[in-house]
Amino acid sequence: MEFLADLFEWFSDPINWSGTEGIPARLWEHIQYSLIATFIGALIALPLALVLGHTGRGGLLAINLTNTGRAIPSLGIIILVYIAAGLNLLPVYAALVALAIPPIVTNTYVGIRSVDRGVRESAEGMGLTGFQVLKDVEIPVAMPLIMAGIRTSAVQVVATATLAAYIGFGGLGRFLIDGLATFDLAQMTGGAVLVAVLSLAVEVAFGALQNALVSEGVTPRKRTATIRAKLGSTTA
Amino acid sequence: MDWAWVGSHLDDIQHLLLQHITFTVSALFFGFIIAFPLALVAARYPRLYQPILGITGVLFTIPSIALFLLLLPFTGLSETTCILGLTIYTLLVLVRNTVEGLRGVPDDVKEAAEAMGYRPLALLMKVELPIALPVVIAGLRIAAVTTIGLVTITALITFGGLGAFFIDGFRRDFATPIIVGIVLSVALAVAADLSLVGVQRVLTPWARTRR
Repeated sequence: MEFLADLFEWFSDPINWSGTEGIPARLWEHIQYSLIATFIGALIALPLALVLGHTGRGGLLAINLTNTGRAIPSLGIIILVYIAAGLNLLPVYAALVALAIPPIVTNTYVGIRSVDRGVRESAEGMGLTGFQVLKDVEIPVAMPLIMAGIRTSAVQVVATATLAAYIGFGGLGRFLIDGLATFDLAQMTGGAVLVAVLSLAVEVAFGALQNALVSEGVTPRKRTATIRAKLGSTTA
Repeated sequence: MDWAWVGSHLDDIQHLLLQHITFTVSALFFGFIIAFPLALVAARYPRLYQPILGITGVLFTIPSIALFLLLLPFTGLSETTCILGLTIYTLLVLVRNTVEGLRGVPDDVKEAAEAMGYRPLALLMKVELPIALPVVIAGLRIAAVTTIGLVTITALITFGGLGAFFIDGFRRDFATPIIVGIVLSVALAVAADLSLVGVQRVLTPWARTRR
């Protein structure tokens, strides 16, 4: 287990913790890429899915988008856009946003559609307008699935932001790519550990956020679990 | 798009496509062999379900590049590393969907089968699994499509199936191989997805007639 000692040494070397190429700086870059990409993805996906879900249109597209999206290889997209657009962050964001959109669309759409029809009709009967039904009834009830979608996207984006380093940008992927290029096992595995920990942290943070955002009256745990199995959400 | 390149590289395309398929099929095969017993245990002892989901969930959350690199010290730059990593990623979906499928079997159906004299193994094989099959296959579809996407990442550790074209295109600043790689891996995913839908239709004839 010599490499574990090397790994420990890599983590305890102060040089790896300082400057623009240190762990904190790379971590911050990684978080920036991921936040911006997930935010843009949600900005595009949420309104679209809410409208589709509310009107009940485009269901086939919304439901199948996630599975098709999974098939698109992010490494290929990053490199292709890089060749087309050159050395700027566009390739990174193009690939990450493309990755973020499908799970949010699918989960949100299904969440809104699976709101009990009686609940929706009573809201309408009470005189709520379409927008009010969406805002005050459908969104709160669908919140567990909406959050599950954003969480799935965020975790995937964090994992894939590693690829930014492949076309020369920063983030934690730097350690992986540089370590791999020089076959520096300690740096490579150190970076891998950092990305894995960050992904798990995002997963846990979103779990907490979800608990905070979901209304106390809405706890359809079993149903959500079944729907998630069908959708294949990555979150357990 | 340089069609001449495509014409002169048909051998490479065939070779990498085959590698891509081999990796995917191996990962699904081993994944299923591991996940299936785990799912049966989790379905029978619900207390173990959350821990099993938790562990496979954590494994799934580890970014693929990180996982492949973390395996390198143990299994080296080898096909074993690729297939092992890919297999690990299939576990969460396969376990969860198998368990949810088995859980979805109505209790009165199980009781009726028991009353008709089905022993536990026969009940599982002849009643529970057939009813759970659509959800199990839904899991296989997700796992297959995800794995086909992930295979391209193994290009970073010198393999990659069609992902090898991405690296090639990047090194030569040449878009054609990258487009070929993307298009073929998406096509492969769609083909795998559709064939599994076909398998499901063949295996669940009652679902067809009912509609």
